[in-house]
Amino acid sequence: MEEGTPRAAVSWQNGTLAPVDRLRTERADSPTPGLVEGTEPGAGQRSAMFVHAQSFEDLTAEAEDEAQRAAKPDCSEGRDAEEFKVLVGEKSSEKQRSEDLLSESGTKEEEDVSSEAWRSHRKHMFVLSKAGKPIYTRYGTEEALSSTMGVMMALVSFVEAEKNIIRSIHADGCKVVFLNKSPLVLVGVSQTCQSDKELQRELHYIYYQIISLLTLTQLNHIFQHKQNYDLRRLLAGSEYLIDNLMHRLERDPGLLLSAVTCLPLASSARDVVSSSLQAAKDKNLVFSILLAGDRLVTLVRKKDQFLHHIDLHLVLNLVGSSSSFREGEGWTPICLPKFNTEGFFHAHISYLEPASELCLILVSTNKEEFFNMSECKHRFMERLGKRNAYQVLKEALKSPSYAVEQVGIPELRHFLYKSKSSGLYTSPEFPEVYQSDEEQERLMGLYQDLHSSLHHPTRPLRSYYRCSETENLLARVTSGFELYLCFSPLATKALAVSAVIKLLKWIRKEEDRLFILSPLTY
Amino acid sequence: MGESLPGGSAQHRPVRTLRVKMVLLGSSGVGKSSLALRFSRDQFRNSSPTVGCAFLTRMLLLSDVTFRLEIWDTAGQEKYHSVTPLYYRGAHAALVVYDISQRTTFSRAQVWIRELQKQYIPGSTVMCLVGNKTDLDQDRQVPAQEGQKVAEENGLMFTETSALSGDQVNELLLAVAHRVYECVGGQQEVLSEWQEAPSVHQVHRNHYSPVASCCRLGP
Repeated sequence: MEEGTPRAAVSWQNGTLAPVDRLRTERADSPTPGLVEGTEPGAGQRSAMFVHAQSFEDLTAEAEDEAQRAAKPDCSEGRDAEEFKVLVGEKSSEKQRSEDLLSESGTKEEEDVSSEAWRSHRKHMFVLSKAGKPIYTRYGTEEALSSTMGVMMALVSFVEAEKNIIRSIHADGCKVVFLNKSPLVLVGVSQTCQSDKELQRELHYIYYQIISLLTLTQLNHIFQHKQNYDLRRLLAGSEYLIDNLMHRLERDPGLLLSAVTCLPLASSARDVVSSSLQAAKDKNLVFSILLAGDRLVTLVRKKDQFLHHIDLHLVLNLVGSSSSFREGEGWTPICLPKFNTEGFFHAHISYLEPASELCLILVSTNKEEFFNMSECKHRFMERLGKRNAYQVLKEALKSPSYAVEQVGIPELRHFLYKSKSSGLYTSPEFPEVYQSDEEQERLMGLYQDLHSSLHHPTRPLRSYYRCSETENLLARVTSGFELYLCFSPLATKALAVSAVIKLLKWIRKEEDRLFILSPLTY
Repeated sequence: MGESLPGGSAQHRPVRTLRVKMVLLGSSGVGKSSLALRFSRDQFRNSSPTVGCAFLTRMLLLSDVTFRLEIWDTAGQEKYHSVTPLYYRGAHAALVVYDISQRTTFSRAQVWIRELQKQYIPGSTVMCLVGNKTDLDQDRQVPAQEGQKVAEENGLMFTETSALSGDQVNELLLAVAHRVYECVGGQQEVLSEWQEAPSVHQVHRNHYSPVASCCRLGP
């Protein structure tokens, strides 16, 4: 990934690479709901950090055969035949296999798959191989579901034999959605209001999580050599990452909006942090990411290299799921599937202090670079200290969010706002009414329903107002932003519509603090 | 952690700090990370599986030299096995860990020993077989004698520990450090020098007698 490496053109369906550096002189002073992309509140003034995507359509579009970047990460894939035999060699007996898997992972919650409790889960996710071998189930154990997964595979094969592709089955208030990603088949079974497209999006995330752990090259290599290979052997001990991702898909607005949120921070302080990170560079460093919990503090990237929001979500999931990074400096191979499915980057992951929420991720193309990355971290810390920015960061961590009351709109309880061109979103903390986990999940479910309506595959809507006994909701999408508002049931439609303008003005006023407007590059 | 150096006046302080690379290998869930955390901070806590590798450090002051132990705690999951050589290459000490209450992890430890023997010239790396989780003695599946026998056959040090209680952990660390010191002997240029002079846990070297490579540690 050297500076001068020639690059293959990358065409993202429903999206382009992030815009080139330019000052946005045409930024509107008074925002209106019809703002075009690039002038909406929160739009970056210099250049975007992420590969630009029109909400989540990029994710569900079949863009697997797009040209891979010529600048490839270090492919830690070259195994000689002997090593490979060890990797895919069968164990002496099935009993031994099961014992080994149990001792490796040992954490899977055993749930009787014939019980009513198992059936009553509103959403199930399954992953199986083309040979019908179980790989992952969200609830219960894979062994107990082998016949069920066999039936799923039979359905896929039967339709394939007719030169067709099975996408979904709708029956009795239940949706069964299939995602065929050879050599894997992913199946979602849902009783929720989510559309097929939404469920496909979630299945894609699971697929990318698996690729992130193994690389597509390794996955294909394994199944070419042995079609009925039990992939659980390689995923053993990592199921918690998929479990956690599933939990995030239900609770994290970022995954719904295909965006990330920032730690509210004065732009002057963020600029100091960003420039300190920019200065602590190395020739093999591609991305430097500073996180505060699930919030982005800053991201510095190598010029012409863009991070896709999906890849960033996978990094967030990895860091958020693994307490092991708190104990020392992590050095881990990670595949960023939207960047390159073929090989691993190596990421140096460490918290700035053991008890801190601030986590630094330095992504390198060279697996031998641990000490260089460690040195980059020390240089960054030194600069932060010298410029008194570390103390400011610690202060900012004390209030990682803001109250909806600050917006000053009566009856407004909560909102989600995404700037499309920056790929960043903002939302206040949950108010008193939504303090419980159940209520937060319910509200997220409502947002998901609105999202499904706005992004309906055949009848997409521009805006949508919905009343209920517990809250009133308004959703609006333009070429520049996506906005979801939640009001008390006492709010009128007129108030809700006028709130959009007020909220956009408030976000414009606060955008320096809530968004990263001037991302830096090496 | 470690004992204070009696009457440690300034002129007896070692002038050099040498880097010692130590790697922990073994199946997933045997307690490698818990041992590493005991080594570096004398703490215990349950954590999620290691992703890739974790790097921790610990300063040890022997009578005439300071060791900066660089502990590489590797992931035991199978998908990381192809990158593990990256972490154990050039190690001065390798600890192969198994769980005394899980026989499969003992079998796997023997595979690691064979793997290491292919990589290293005998005598260049201090190797130790460690049976962890002695606090689960009631569930023991691997007798201590069996671990001892495998260690003797392969010329390894051997001990059993409990990262949970801390039992024999410090003793293990010190014995390995002394063995590295002995192996290096006069040719300390084998170990690269560490530039910084951080705070040091002081330990008197003479409190510990040298251990033969096949000997059991502890009482």
